[in-house]
Amino acid sequence: MSPPPGIRLSVRDLEISHGDRTLFSGLTFELGTGELATVTGPNGSGKTTLLRTLAGLRLPAAGEAMLDGTPVDVVAHGLTAPMAYQGHSDALKRDLTLAENLRFCEALWGGSANIEALTAELRLTPCLGQRVRHLSAGQRRRAALACLRLKRAALWLLDEPLTNLDTLGAELVNAWISSHLQTGGAAVVATHQPERFAARARLEIGL
Amino acid sequence: MNTFTSLFARDLKLAARRWSEFSTPLIFFLIVASLFPFALSPDAATLRTVGTGVLWISALLSSLLALDGLFRTDVDDGSMEQLLLSPASLSLLVFAKISAHWVVSGLPLLLLAPLVALSFYLPPAAVPTLVLALLLATPTLSALAAVGAALTVTLRAGGGLIGLLVLPLTSPVLIFGTRATDLAIHGEPAAGALYLLGALAAFCLSLAPLAASAAIRVNLE
Repeated sequence: MSPPPGIRLSVRDLEISHGDRTLFSGLTFELGTGELATVTGPNGSGKTTLLRTLAGLRLPAAGEAMLDGTPVDVVAHGLTAPMAYQGHSDALKRDLTLAENLRFCEALWGGSANIEALTAELRLTPCLGQRVRHLSAGQRRRAALACLRLKRAALWLLDEPLTNLDTLGAELVNAWISSHLQTGGAAVVATHQPERFAARARLEIGL
Repeated sequence: MNTFTSLFARDLKLAARRWSEFSTPLIFFLIVASLFPFALSPDAATLRTVGTGVLWISALLSSLLALDGLFRTDVDDGSMEQLLLSPASLSLLVFAKISAHWVVSGLPLLLLAPLVALSFYLPPAAVPTLVLALLLATPTLSALAAVGAALTVTLRAGGGLIGLLVLPLTSPVLIFGTRATDLAIHGEPAAGALYLLGALAAFCLSLAPLAASAAIRVNLE
């Protein structure tokens, strides 16, 4: 599942507001292949809003965010999907089993991954036949991360990926991010624990 | 096309697992239709005159009742964002959701309608035309209501608002649907009204997914 090489996210003078309140303005940064940016800041400072804007799910109040020269909202509505966004919600169907959820995600993104190997790596194999409703919060988070792996996206936008994860899960996320960066991907991670990513982060965005 | 079938299958599976939720509109249809004889008169001649209208209005109301949760469950659990960001076209995915919803809510309506028609003393010879008219009309209703559901997806009390938005738009379906049924009851050819119902279905099914997906995009911001 290696993403296409060569990706560049350019953010210039970005201003983001929620209602009539400006969260931040004048944000400028560049992120290229193999690079990681962490986004830190207190609750309500606009981390999630920034990630949703970078994912093209909402429009900035001013400034621009471009992925390889195309505005991110145009990219998001297109059919190439070079971005994967993992928000606070797990985006799993609670009345489907874990295997059904993963197979749907795979079909949606047109991949052909080895779901068994992936769930074994996440230690979710015993849960494959269970409905997501019956899984614990941490297991659901792992399942959501499994979906992330099924997407062949070059840019990962992760909102608090370590929430609800135990030490082993957190290490796994770190390992995945490392291998994603090594295979030519890039990632923007909003987190309250920047020290866990500090070793690889090229850029720290404080809001 | 693979994404269409997977989402279609996923929604049918979810509907099968939450059957009580999805059978409510059908029971609503039966109950509303069976209340009319109490309010009007159990007399066969009266029922035969009002039967067509009762049947169509009950079908219309129950199809609206069914659509409130069409997009909301996906928006609430974050699936809609993933559908939007996926490489598949959102309009195609919305079309898959409308189709799955029609199988769950429209198709059973077609099977129940003859029962209601016969209990209102409509002539059995008119039943095939009635079912055919419903077969052409229910996809239009699903498509129109999907646009309403998409527009109100982030509102807590969107259910009532869908009715206000969509019911005026359904009047052509009601007019041609009852006309086709009436013509069949009087033993006359109903092809003209049926053609118009078919045209409405083609028009709405081709445009509604575009409108609904645009509404969802705006609402997710």
